[in-house]
Amino acid sequence: MYKYDQYDQQMVDTRVAEFRDQVRRRLGGQLTEEQFRPLRLQNGLYLQLHAYMLRVAVPYGTLNSAQMTALGDIADKYDRGYGHFTTRQNIQYNWIKLEETPDILADLAAIEMHAIQTSGNCIRNISSDQFAGAAADEVVDPRPYAELLRQWSSFHPEFLVLPRKFKFAVIASETDRAAMKLHDIGIKMVKNAAGEVGAQFYVGGGMGRTPMIAPMIREFVPLDQLITYAEACLRVYNRYGRRDNKYKARIKILVHELGKEEYTRQVEEEFAHLLGQDIEPPIAELERIKTHFTDPAFEVGAPDDLDLTDPDFRLWVERNCHTHKQPGYSVATVSLKPVGGIPGDASADQIRLMAQLAKDYSLDELRVTHAQNIVFPHVRKADLYTVWKALDEAELSTANLDTVGDIIACPGLDYCSLANARSIPLAQKISQAFGSAEKQSELGELKLKISGCINACGHHHAGHIGVLGVDRKGVENYQLLLGGSEGADTSLGQITGRGFDEDGVVEAIETATQVYLSNKQGEERFLDTYRRIGMAPFKEAIYG
Amino acid sequence: MKILTGNDLKSGAVVWWDGSEWSKYVNSAEDVGDNGDAIIAREEGARRVFSAYVIDGERDANGVRPAHIKERIRALGPTVRPDLTLKPGDPDAGNWVI
Repeated sequence: MYKYDQYDQQMVDTRVAEFRDQVRRRLGGQLTEEQFRPLRLQNGLYLQLHAYMLRVAVPYGTLNSAQMTALGDIADKYDRGYGHFTTRQNIQYNWIKLEETPDILADLAAIEMHAIQTSGNCIRNISSDQFAGAAADEVVDPRPYAELLRQWSSFHPEFLVLPRKFKFAVIASETDRAAMKLHDIGIKMVKNAAGEVGAQFYVGGGMGRTPMIAPMIREFVPLDQLITYAEACLRVYNRYGRRDNKYKARIKILVHELGKEEYTRQVEEEFAHLLGQDIEPPIAELERIKTHFTDPAFEVGAPDDLDLTDPDFRLWVERNCHTHKQPGYSVATVSLKPVGGIPGDASADQIRLMAQLAKDYSLDELRVTHAQNIVFPHVRKADLYTVWKALDEAELSTANLDTVGDIIACPGLDYCSLANARSIPLAQKISQAFGSAEKQSELGELKLKISGCINACGHHHAGHIGVLGVDRKGVENYQLLLGGSEGADTSLGQITGRGFDEDGVVEAIETATQVYLSNKQGEERFLDTYRRIGMAPFKEAIYG
Repeated sequence: MKILTGNDLKSGAVVWWDGSEWSKYVNSAEDVGDNGDAIIAREEGARRVFSAYVIDGERDANGVRPAHIKERIRALGPTVRPDLTLKPGDPDAGNWVI
């Protein structure tokens, strides 16, 4: 894992001191709310529906156990005993007091964490594949490149006031586990014919009110030009992105309006110019970063055998564990989606338990996933049963990864001041209706995602089944979408028709799954069947 | 009726204007009529609240009820965590929101 150097630590510590002074001046009346608001947002402190909310960055979703333990402690010490893991691989605290925020940021700085650039029209936390460094199918570990981008984008003076917020994702596998093409810039690390590693650039994707899939604009950017090319992409956007209309200010609109070819031409022109400016960090810096991401000390010859006689354990292994690149090891995902639970929430005790298990059994590492779960990336197969037993005692052993119970849901109107409808109660209702092991087994892989407003923090456009909550004259109403996907086969869901109330949308989902089961051929997933038979049979069954 | 709400500067907690001070209980809210803007200017200036605004509500047999669901959730707390609402002992408190 990356370790802060003196510059990283000094930047974060300085920011804490600066914000402590700003809070003092706000409470003392030297700053108005109008003056203070952008300052608190630059430090991740929002005002939400019930209180201040602090969003803490988890760079590319990677944590060590000391950091995870501290996140649990912060939940106890400053919040109400829980945290919420988000679709940006971050963690949010919902009940923060302004006067305590500088102390929280100081606690975070002590474990090499912060909340900088988790808000505002800047480059946000870089997300990545939660299996990075462990996946059997990756070309390279994408995290050194994500870290290089993090360092480049932190406090980058030219990109702190972009037309709108800006999100990167970096992956390095054919299997896209990070919704890479639905980001402002998605980067896929690849190898060319000569075996050299480089970056494939996808620009102009996103969800929100105008969902778009990012087109590829450059097949291969050499490693010693990676930052320069990213800079060129941002410069063109910063220069021509619309600042007159916040709903048309994301880079996806610029790429769409200019057209992929013209945007690419302008980027290449800027890139050629920048190559002469010598802005690329020395390759030695990338090499220095890479030394922080070398493989941990895997046990050579660890046994691959697993005793699967316990049926519940077997189900969990089948659903929640993935192949590791190292023989004798497994990647284990902890679902934060118990039946009827709140997606992404974990109590302070659960957070600390996961930290301890990571320390004891996952070579000190954890990952946060964009699907609001936690990953132990390096578990010896010989330890899996012990880990599962400990999780089970803490109600963290739900075996539902990528099934209908593994619902992504934004905080919705229960917490969010932007939301139009509640997401969590609907997720709970669906989870209770479909969450049994039998039902999940019958339905197989089925990704269900719920957003409480058009901003799409719940990724509803990318759900095999998506739900969008809207406000219809002060009453919650839910639109149903089918056919979205976020992986290598990224697609955008289509709205079925008129919306439903909460019970109605659960019934409509039940009907949609029945249409799937009636039409399923062979091993088809819900998404495969939908793509083969189209919307019409679903619409006919749902609306009659 | 017109009721006035905002957030406590230090804690961020949702508060309601009861005619003389800020209360965390919406039932204490008073009709501010046309005086909302003046109260907001005075109270924000004194740093007792921030992000204050006037909303529509009505008083019925059960007390004061904001007109919009978002404000009713602000008034109660998250419907999915009854233990964190202002009525933690009432598992049905969320019904008031809908």
